[in-house]
Amino acid sequence: MRNPLSERIVGIKPSGIRKFFDIVHEMKDAISLGVGEPDFDTPWHIREEGIYSLEKGKTFYTSNSGLMELRQEICNYMKRKLDVVYDPAKEVIITVGGSEAIDIALRAMVDPGDEVLIPQPSYVSYEPCAILANATPVIINLKAENEFRLTAQELRENITDKTKILILPFPNNPTGAIMEKKDLEAIAEVILEKDLYVISDEIYSELSYKDEHVSIVSLPGMQERTILINGFSKAYAMTGWRLGYACGPKAIIEQMTKIHQFAIMCAPTTSQYAAVEALRNGDEDVAMMRESYNQRRRFLLHAFEEMGLPCFEPYGAFYVFPCIKEFGMSSEEFATRFLQEEKVAVVPGTAFGDSGEGFLRISYAYSLENLKEAIGRLARFVARLKEEKRNQ
Amino acid sequence: MREKILQIIEKNSRIDLKELAIILGQEEAAIVEEMQAMEQEGIICGYHTLIDWEKTDIEKVNALIEVRVTPQRGQGFDNIAERIYKYPEVHAVYLISGGYDLLVSLEGKTLKEVSAFVSNKLSTLDSVLSTATHFVLKKYKDHGTVLAKKPVDERELITP
Repeated sequence: MRNPLSERIVGIKPSGIRKFFDIVHEMKDAISLGVGEPDFDTPWHIREEGIYSLEKGKTFYTSNSGLMELRQEICNYMKRKLDVVYDPAKEVIITVGGSEAIDIALRAMVDPGDEVLIPQPSYVSYEPCAILANATPVIINLKAENEFRLTAQELRENITDKTKILILPFPNNPTGAIMEKKDLEAIAEVILEKDLYVISDEIYSELSYKDEHVSIVSLPGMQERTILINGFSKAYAMTGWRLGYACGPKAIIEQMTKIHQFAIMCAPTTSQYAAVEALRNGDEDVAMMRESYNQRRRFLLHAFEEMGLPCFEPYGAFYVFPCIKEFGMSSEEFATRFLQEEKVAVVPGTAFGDSGEGFLRISYAYSLENLKEAIGRLARFVARLKEEKRNQ
Repeated sequence: MREKILQIIEKNSRIDLKELAIILGQEEAAIVEEMQAMEQEGIICGYHTLIDWEKTDIEKVNALIEVRVTPQRGQGFDNIAERIYKYPEVHAVYLISGGYDLLVSLEGKTLKEVSAFVSNKLSTLDSVLSTATHFVLKKYKDHGTVLAKKPVDERELITP
């Protein structure tokens, strides 16, 4: 019998998260600091709007690009938050989560041989999606001493004459790093000079704790060469609704819509109605959740300081990324031992790229009570490792 | 800072002050000072505990009583409200807009005790025109907290 599988697909590494997930699942009573989704329920008024849409029988396909009403709300939001103007008819597409937007943006923009720059540590899907799109992923290893921000120099060093796209994943999962305006300006300069395009994944934009989130699209000349990706999962605690969107130049959105039309048809209708409500009346919910995350973030940083675990101050998303290099173990060894000895699951930094070696992703999408218990166990574990080291 | 302190302690008055300072990114001394000031100004009126008495063996009966009264010249509703709220069994008294004037929340040990309070004490007050007593059958949510069931974390343990 012929081999039924595609070599290209078989060649893609399974997610490093998946591997750890299986280990954790065998441990029945483990507690976790490993999730990448909010602990809050979707605010009730948003859920209620979804329910109401079902009651009214809004159970049909929407247009391929998504409900016009929702695209209009997204454009209002972009104007309000970033002071950029998008045309709801031609420059916005509603997708099945930010994930689909990443996939179709890449597929719409690259040809075989084109290089896509992917800063890492970062979300697990950029590299495989680039491969699936027939492009060549080129990894930029971000550094702890830069607080895992992308510098213009790092960008320059990785550009070849085949480079076409830079993926810009900030606020960042797993590091919590952000890019401030000055950082983005330096990047934009190189992008313009080298005539590149940007896919800016801003799914965590509402979870910025320093100043207001800045997007590269608001810098001069950048809107016309950027696909901005965002969604409802993180800001409104709507992960299971599977709803995201992309805004960008008409010509690119048009081609993305073509892929979306053939592969997906349209994003879930119920979710789209709920999302309209989220954008219209959800600002207070977002502010409440952001404040909660920020409190937990301060709590964790303080706890790390007390236990002597080095960690730069992350200003975004809901992750901290402490360094465990001093213990002479790989991230995976550390995470596995911590799980076995203290029954707490954290994700090894290497799940997000080789440059995550020596770091752990710790999520604070948990109540303070849960965090306190888990961090107490981490402190105990770290103290024990330090003790072992002294006795050696 | 006051608003943030209040939002937190409204949900958890037992929070350690050191921890409160950490999560708000403030000095502990500043938090202590602010809380003392709010106590003195009567903004913080107490540190109560939310109890679901139904889960204990102790019998309690709660009632909400709508009261229509005649306001007094120069005093409005304040005098009559005071005469009512001074009873220790009265939990809360609110002046209400709409079909009646005062809403009285009452807690007693038995149905009989509550009825006796309404017929002997409340109804006999001069300014009280009428009362309508509603007994609480079940508390689903109180002080912003759902009493019925404890939420469980249904998320997968590890997600990207």
